[in-house]
Amino acid sequence: MDLRHAAVATIGCAAVALAAPTALAQKSGGVLRSYNSSNPPSASIHEEATIATAMPFSAVFNNLLMFDPSKPRNGLDTIVPELAERWTWDASRTRFTVTLRRGVKWHDGKPFTAKDVQCTWHRLIGKDPDDFRKNPRAIWWRNLSEVTTNGDYEATFVLAAPQASFPALLATNLSPVYPCHVALKDMRTKPVGTGPFRFVTFDSNKTITLAKNKEYWKPGRPYLDGIQFSIVASRATRTLAFAANEFDLTFVADITPPLVGDVLARSPKAVCELAPTGVTTNLLVNRDRAPFNDENLRKAMTLAIDRQAMNDILERGKASISGAMLASPHGRWGLPKELLDSLPGYGGTPAERLVAARRIMTDLGYGPAKRLKIKVSTRDFQAFKDPAVLLVDQLNKIYFDAELEIVESSVWYNKVTRRDYSVGLNLTGSGIDDPDVTLVEGYACKSERNYTNYCNPRVEKLLAEQSQEADPSKRQQLVWQIEKILAEDAARPIILHTVAATCWHPHVKGHVLQQNSIYNNWRFEDVWLDK
Amino acid sequence: MGAYLVRRLALMLLTLFGMSVLIFVLLRVVPGNITDIIFDSAGYVNERQKKKIEQQLGLDQPIVVQYGRWIAGLAKGDLGYAYVSEKPALDEILPRIPVTAKLAVLALFFSVLIGVPLGVISAVRQDTTLDYVLRIVSLSGLSLPSFWLGLLILMAFVHWFGWIPIYQSSPGSLWKEVALLSIPAAAVGFRSSALVMRLTRSSMLEVLRQDYIRTARAKGASDTSVHYDHALRNAVLPVVTIIGIEAAFLIGGLIVTETVFNIPGVARFLVEAIRWRDYPIVQNLVMFIAVVVVAVNFLVDMTYAVLDPRIRYEG
Repeated sequence: MDLRHAAVATIGCAAVALAAPTALAQKSGGVLRSYNSSNPPSASIHEEATIATAMPFSAVFNNLLMFDPSKPRNGLDTIVPELAERWTWDASRTRFTVTLRRGVKWHDGKPFTAKDVQCTWHRLIGKDPDDFRKNPRAIWWRNLSEVTTNGDYEATFVLAAPQASFPALLATNLSPVYPCHVALKDMRTKPVGTGPFRFVTFDSNKTITLAKNKEYWKPGRPYLDGIQFSIVASRATRTLAFAANEFDLTFVADITPPLVGDVLARSPKAVCELAPTGVTTNLLVNRDRAPFNDENLRKAMTLAIDRQAMNDILERGKASISGAMLASPHGRWGLPKELLDSLPGYGGTPAERLVAARRIMTDLGYGPAKRLKIKVSTRDFQAFKDPAVLLVDQLNKIYFDAELEIVESSVWYNKVTRRDYSVGLNLTGSGIDDPDVTLVEGYACKSERNYTNYCNPRVEKLLAEQSQEADPSKRQQLVWQIEKILAEDAARPIILHTVAATCWHPHVKGHVLQQNSIYNNWRFEDVWLDK
Repeated sequence: MGAYLVRRLALMLLTLFGMSVLIFVLLRVVPGNITDIIFDSAGYVNERQKKKIEQQLGLDQPIVVQYGRWIAGLAKGDLGYAYVSEKPALDEILPRIPVTAKLAVLALFFSVLIGVPLGVISAVRQDTTLDYVLRIVSLSGLSLPSFWLGLLILMAFVHWFGWIPIYQSSPGSLWKEVALLSIPAAAVGFRSSALVMRLTRSSMLEVLRQDYIRTARAKGASDTSVHYDHALRNAVLPVVTIIGIEAAFLIGGLIVTETVFNIPGVARFLVEAIRWRDYPIVQNLVMFIAVVVVAVNFLVDMTYAVLDPRIRYEG
């Protein structure tokens, strides 16, 4: 089955699957079998940035708010209550008050109160002495001054300035509420939550087992008796095991576009949905190091990138080409095509851009006889190496003499953070499709993930303005202005927004795969098995 | 024999001490430690948080102090805590050893069970069609990587039986486990059996040309008696050596096989621990493997001495 037919079959099956929950009576019972492609570093969602932790352990927890699990595209307009029954902004839009659900218990029987909310976010902003071992999303909460409580069922988030995206930050699966009375070390190894499933076991490199929370506060949920995630490192083994019906659901985004046809050939009835992974392939240029401190050289490099060729080779043409923000139809904030084409590196044909890039290089004194010798550094992961090989080839077309430098995975981010590279190729994930996450993490002056050390006061000002803007359309205009500046500055040019498929057998019902974040909708409380 | 035993034992202890130093130093020479990798998984580096974790794990101490703590812990049976899972290292290592041990023993069993008889048959039927077929089989065994063979086996099972023989949860009974492990063991054992078979064949061919074989035949000994009692017993010495070496090398072969068949054994666990620079797991596990290898070699030396009395007098 070729990819086009596979995709058509998939969309058809997906439509049936999406319609199924309303058309059929849900059945209770059964254990959902899935797998993790790698061993999660820990079970503590707040301390990890990897989906290997978020997917299996989200079902143990609840958030205050959540993105509506029945809607595939997350946004500020799809947020629904979870542990917070309702929420309000004050007139200054700096105090966000949540009224909490009563009668909710942690899995160990202790009551859930506003103190737990306060303690979770005080740990995140470093106000609690028992702070997290690592805090990868500290920058999300940079605007949060404190959390106050009013009795057991009301908490107020006090912000330094208005922040339109604040409810979205609370609504992602990456922001669960933690119990105050459980030590953080225990949360890493045997987490306690209020969610639809209780933690049972986490055997390193073996299995993660969750069991139904029979005292779950949401009546009639969950349908499943439990969930088991086997940790299967070999991709060939896990796809074969899925074909042999050993697993009901694959790990999220585990099936690359070239593999979708293989999976559907072995399991023709399976539902495989392609969706953006929330990961961008991007070019790192050390702008502090000569000759890359020359703006023109960086511009020539941007022009040399043939995004469509990379997309066709690596992603079967299914990846999204846009700026830093994911574009429509999956994303909410990306530039429309006509604006994107007006930016340097996007408009015209690849041949025209190549001519323009060569002209710049010639003006800088380079040519066929005098090539610029560089190393293109990348991480020792296949997903990094494949586009890096293509990047080397594309740079060599504009008088570079580039060679690939594979850096051991464990030291990659150390090297990048020390700016110990000239040119690099990186993959960067984003937790929520919101400029306050994607743009701030990647381009704000003080962000720990701003690997190129890019710092532009104009961008800083616009980042603050868009963050405070409550009107979505005005906010979008500000985001597009930022995108324009980033493209003109060749600030970490985005090559592709990658896509991958998640597959499940037709007996898995009630799951809606999210289109603009792989981290959300992993509570599994609406999932049931039609067996 | 007593002096030989003492000499071998002393050599064994010295080797283990050298190994402990080597493992400890090499692990720390490799770029990146657990804190680097903890942050690598989160895609950022925070020096303050990194230093705090290093302090908690004792990684800020001089290497000699760290080594001393490890050895002192080992002497008390305390293997420390795994950095990643934050569980006692012993609790992480211990349940995985029997799984790999069963797999390794089964793989060795396959290699000897197949390799020795086929090697004898191949030598006795030298230059016949059967010999050529067996030599081709042994060559293919040597040239097929076990992970590739493992994947072919998995694909065949899925294609023909709609079932995949991988390890997911504990199989329940010993027999079920042995049945499940026999498939990956065959994949690993196939390569070893090819090696054993080729060595048995060449060794047998050399022995079969000896005068005492001709004498045995002249005395009217049956073919079976000549081949197995007279020839094989004398040809088996190099085969025992290679089986000992294979037992040591098996751990390398098992890494990929455990990954392909998703077996929760020590070999795969070790690779994962190395990737995470989980020192307590890696150094204790490598030390354990070193003890096993040294012990197997010691047993091989002892078997030599039993099989060939000259060794204990000369050694």
